[in-house]
Amino acid sequence: METLLDLRPLFAILVSAAAAVAIAFTGRHPNLRETWSVLAAVVKFLLVASMAPGVLAGETYEVDLVQLAPGIELGLRVDAAGLLFALSASFLWILTSFYSMGYMRGLSEHKQTRFYAMLATCLSATIGLCFSANVLTFVVFYEILSVATYPLVIHAESEKAWRIGRQYLIYAITAGIALVGGTALIQQTAGTLDFAPGGFLDAGIGTGTLWVIFLCFFIGFGVKAGVMPLHSWLPNAMIAPTPVSALLHAVAVVKAGVFGFVRLVGYIFGPELLGDIGAATVLATFAAVTILLASCIALMKDDLKARLAYSTVGHLSYIVLGVALLVPHALLGAAFHMVTHAAMKITLFFCAGAIYVHTGKKKVSELDGIGRQMPVTLAAFGIGAVGLAGVPLVGGFVSKWYLAAGTVDAGALVFLGVLLLSGILNAAYLVPIVTRAFFRSSEAHPRFNEASLFMVIPISITAVLSLLLGTHPDGLFRFFSVAEAMVASVTGISFAGGGP
Amino acid sequence: MSQIPALIPGTLLFTAFAALFAGLIRVSWGYALTVLGIGTSFVISLMGVSAVLQEGELRYHLGGWQPPLGIEWVLDPLSAFMVTLITGIGFTVIVYAPRSIRFETPGKEGFFYPSIALLLAGLAGVSLTGDVFNLYIFIEIAALAAYALLAVGDRRAPVAVFRYLIFGAVGGGFYLLGVGFLYYSAGTLNMADLAERIPELYQSRSVIAAAVLMVTGLGLKMALFPMHLWLPDVYNFAPSVSAGLIAPIMTKVSAYAIVRLFLDVFHPSFFVETLPITTLVGWLAVGGILVGSILAIAQSDFRRMLAYSSVGQISYVALGIGLANPIGLIGGLLHIVNHALMKGCLFLIGGNVRLRTGLVEIPRFAGLGRAMPWTMVAFTVAALAMVGIPPTAGFFSKYYLLLGSVDAGNWIFFAVIIVSSLLSAIYFFRVLEMVYREAPESAEGEGGGSDGGGAHPGGEAPASMLVPVLALAVAILLVGIFNVVIVDRLLEPAVAPLAE
Repeated sequence: METLLDLRPLFAILVSAAAAVAIAFTGRHPNLRETWSVLAAVVKFLLVASMAPGVLAGETYEVDLVQLAPGIELGLRVDAAGLLFALSASFLWILTSFYSMGYMRGLSEHKQTRFYAMLATCLSATIGLCFSANVLTFVVFYEILSVATYPLVIHAESEKAWRIGRQYLIYAITAGIALVGGTALIQQTAGTLDFAPGGFLDAGIGTGTLWVIFLCFFIGFGVKAGVMPLHSWLPNAMIAPTPVSALLHAVAVVKAGVFGFVRLVGYIFGPELLGDIGAATVLATFAAVTILLASCIALMKDDLKARLAYSTVGHLSYIVLGVALLVPHALLGAAFHMVTHAAMKITLFFCAGAIYVHTGKKKVSELDGIGRQMPVTLAAFGIGAVGLAGVPLVGGFVSKWYLAAGTVDAGALVFLGVLLLSGILNAAYLVPIVTRAFFRSSEAHPRFNEASLFMVIPISITAVLSLLLGTHPDGLFRFFSVAEAMVASVTGISFAGGGP
Repeated sequence: MSQIPALIPGTLLFTAFAALFAGLIRVSWGYALTVLGIGTSFVISLMGVSAVLQEGELRYHLGGWQPPLGIEWVLDPLSAFMVTLITGIGFTVIVYAPRSIRFETPGKEGFFYPSIALLLAGLAGVSLTGDVFNLYIFIEIAALAAYALLAVGDRRAPVAVFRYLIFGAVGGGFYLLGVGFLYYSAGTLNMADLAERIPELYQSRSVIAAAVLMVTGLGLKMALFPMHLWLPDVYNFAPSVSAGLIAPIMTKVSAYAIVRLFLDVFHPSFFVETLPITTLVGWLAVGGILVGSILAIAQSDFRRMLAYSSVGQISYVALGIGLANPIGLIGGLLHIVNHALMKGCLFLIGGNVRLRTGLVEIPRFAGLGRAMPWTMVAFTVAALAMVGIPPTAGFFSKYYLLLGSVDAGNWIFFAVIIVSSLLSAIYFFRVLEMVYREAPESAEGEGGGSDGGGAHPGGEAPASMLVPVLALAVAILLVGIFNVVIVDRLLEPAVAPLAE
C-alpha cells in the first residue's frame, strides 16, 4: 500500500464545477454551452480513469486541502470503493450529456442553461463524495448534492413540480441533518472521522451510542437510497426531465445514498461491529422488505417512468442488502451491482425518454407495437430489462450471482428466496413491455422511424455496456477488479481474481 | 501599536462628531467623512488582529493613568475578533447606505451617517474596554444611536422603538446596579482586578446579586428569550440600512459582554457551579430557538420573518454559553460572526428589493429571481447558510454546537439544534421557492399597482447596493471554508479559561 499526494481527485471535482460556471455564462449560445458540458464530462472521466491502474496496484491517492473543523481536513482520498462509483458516474455523465442535447432540444424545454449547470454541479458533488477521505467531507458533498438536485426536480415549475420539490427538500434536508448529527456523535466519541477499511469505531463506545449513530446514518443514507419507508420522494421526483431521472435518480444521487451505506458498513463501523450490535440484521430486513414491496408496486404502475422508479427503489435495496449481509461474496455482488444496475437502469430511462420525446407516450399500455417504429430503442430496453431480471450474459446476472452466493455464505436463505422472488417479479414488470412492443401490432405506429441520434447512440452504448458487463465483467474499465479490490480492503479476503 | 485598542473607538467617535458638522454644511461631505472614518477604523482593526496574533494581548491606559484609577483598553483575541466584525459590517453597510437612505428616509441623511459612526463607536468601545463601568457607558452610547437609527423608519417605528427604549433602559439599569454591587464588594471596576478579587468573594451575597443583575441586564439587551419582545417590531419597521446594521451586531455585543463576564471577570466555575447562570442561559436559549423559528415560519412580511429568525439565531450564541465547554462556546462565538454576515446580507437584500419594487410581503416576491438575479444569488447563499448547508458559514457554528452538546451529554440541546435547522429550512426555502417562481401574468387579487402586472420594472439594484450584498455573500462562503483560521487563532485562545 502506497499513499501518494496527487491533485487529480481535486481536478476531477473542480472540472465540472468550472463547467457549471462556464455554462451559466454562455447560456445564450446553446452549442457552446453544451460543448462545455461534454468537454467537462470527458475530462472528468479521463481524470478518474487515469487513477484506476494505480488504485488496482494498491496505491492510494490523496490530498488535504484546508481544515474544515479543528483537526478535520477537507480531505480527498481515492480508494477502490470511491473509484468504482466515480468511474461509473463519470462515464455515464458523458453519455447523458449527449442524450440531454437530444432530449432537451427535442422538447424545446425551458431554462436549459440552469439544467446543464445544475447537472454539472451535481456531478461535482457526486465525485466529491466518492473521493471524500472522512465523514465530514462526505457530508459536505452530500449536502451540496441534495441542494443542487432541487432545481432539477422543480424544473417544470408547475404547481405539481413545486409541491414535489417541497417534499423532496423535506426528505433531503432531514436526511442531511441526521447525517450531521451522526457525524458529530462519531467525532466526539471516536475522536476521528477518517474512513478506514474495516471500520474505525470500536465496541468501547457503548452499544446504545452505536445504535444512535447507526440510526442517524440509516436515516441520512436511507432517504437517498430509497429504503422503505423513506423512499416516497423518489418516484415523485420523476417529474424531473428524463436525463435527470436517468443520471441522478438511477445513478448519481441515489447511488450516493447506497455508497453511503458501503462507507457506513465497510469503513465506519466495519462488518464485524455492525454484525455484533445486530444492526446489520435490521438493515438487511429493511432492504429485503423494500425489494419485495417495490417490485410489487412496480408491477401495478402503468406510467413507464413510475414503474422504472419503483424498480430503482428495489434494486438500490439489492445493494443495501448485499452490504448488510457482511460476507465477502455479498459485498462483491453489491459493489458490482452498483455498476451493472447503473448501466442497465440508465438504459431503460434513456429509452423511456426517447419514446416520450419521439412519440409523446408515457404509459406502458400505449406502447403496443412500438418496437416496429423504434426497434433500436426497444431492443436496448429489452437488454436492460432481461439484465435487471438476472438473465445470464447481461451484467445483472453477475452481480446477482454473487449476491445469491453471499446469502448462502451468510446462511440466510430467506434472503436468497427474496432475491429469487424479486427476480421473477422483475421479469414480470419489465419483459412484457418489450414483448408487447414487438409482438403486438397497433395501427398507431408507422414503420421504422427512430428518435434523434443524440439519443439513440447513447442508448446503444449503455445497452452494449450492460451486455459487456455480463460477458466480460472485467473487460471494460476493469470494474470487476476494482470491486474485488474494495472487498479485499474491507474484509481482508482477496479473491483469486480475474472474474467469474 | 499599543494605542490600537483606544484608537478604534476614538476614530469612530471623532468621525461621528466631524461628520455631523460636515453634514450640516453639505451632506456629501458628511458621508465622505463617515466612509473614511469607518474605513480607517476597519483597517486599524485588521492591524489589531495581526498585532494580537504576533505579540499577544495589547493593553492601553488612557492618559497614562494606571488601573485601577485609569481606564484600561484591552485588545485580546476575542475583542480583536469582535471589533473587526463590527467595523467590517459597519463599512459594508456605510458603502451600501446612501441610495437606500435617500429612498426610504429622504431628508434625514445628514443625521444618519454620524449616528452610524456613533453606534459603531459605542459597540467598538464595549468590545475593547477593560472596565465594567465603561462597558455600561459604551453600551448606552450605542443604544442611543440605535434608537435614533431605528426610529426614523415608517410610521409605526417610533412606538416600537419607544418600547425598545424602555426595555433597553431597564436592561442598562439592571446592569449598572450590578456594577454598583460589584464595586461595593470588590472595590474596583477594572476587569482584570475584579478577576483577581472576586474568587475570594464567591459566597458574598452582593457578588451573587451583581452577577444576576448584570446578566439579566445584558440578557434584556441581547433579546434573550423571554426578554425578546421588543425586537420584532423594532426590526420590522426600521429602515433597511438600520436593520442591516443593527441586527447583525447590536445584540451580539451584549452576548459578547456576557461571555466576557463569564470568562474573564467572574471565573467560569462561578457561573457554572456556584451560580448556575450558564445552565439557565442555555435553557432560555432552547426556548428562544424554538419560539423564534416557529414564529418566523408564521410571518409573511420578509423583515418580520428575519426579525423572528434573529431571536432564534441570537439564542444559538446563548446556547454556546449555556454549554459552557470549549467547543460549544466556540460554536456560539463563531455564530456571532456567521449570523452577523448572514443577517446583514439578508436585511440589505430586503433593502434592495424594497428600492426596486417596494415589496416587503413574501407572497408577492414571485419573479424577483428573474428581475434581480444577482441580489437573489446572494439571497440563495445567505438562505442556505441560515439553514446550515455546508460549506457555508452557518453549517460550522451549528456543527460545533452539536459537538459541544455531545461533550456536555445534553441530548435535548442536541435535538433542538437539529430540529431548528429543519424549521429554518422551512421558512427560507419557502421564500426561495417564491423568488424563483415566474411572476404571475396578470394582476391577481390585491393590488393592480405598478408592480401588480407581475413584471418588476426596476431591474437589478444599483452597484453601490449590490456590491456590499455580494461581498457579504462571498464572506459567508469564505468564513465557512476557512473557519478554522478564526477558530484556531482567535477563538481557541479566548475560551482557554474554560479548558482549565
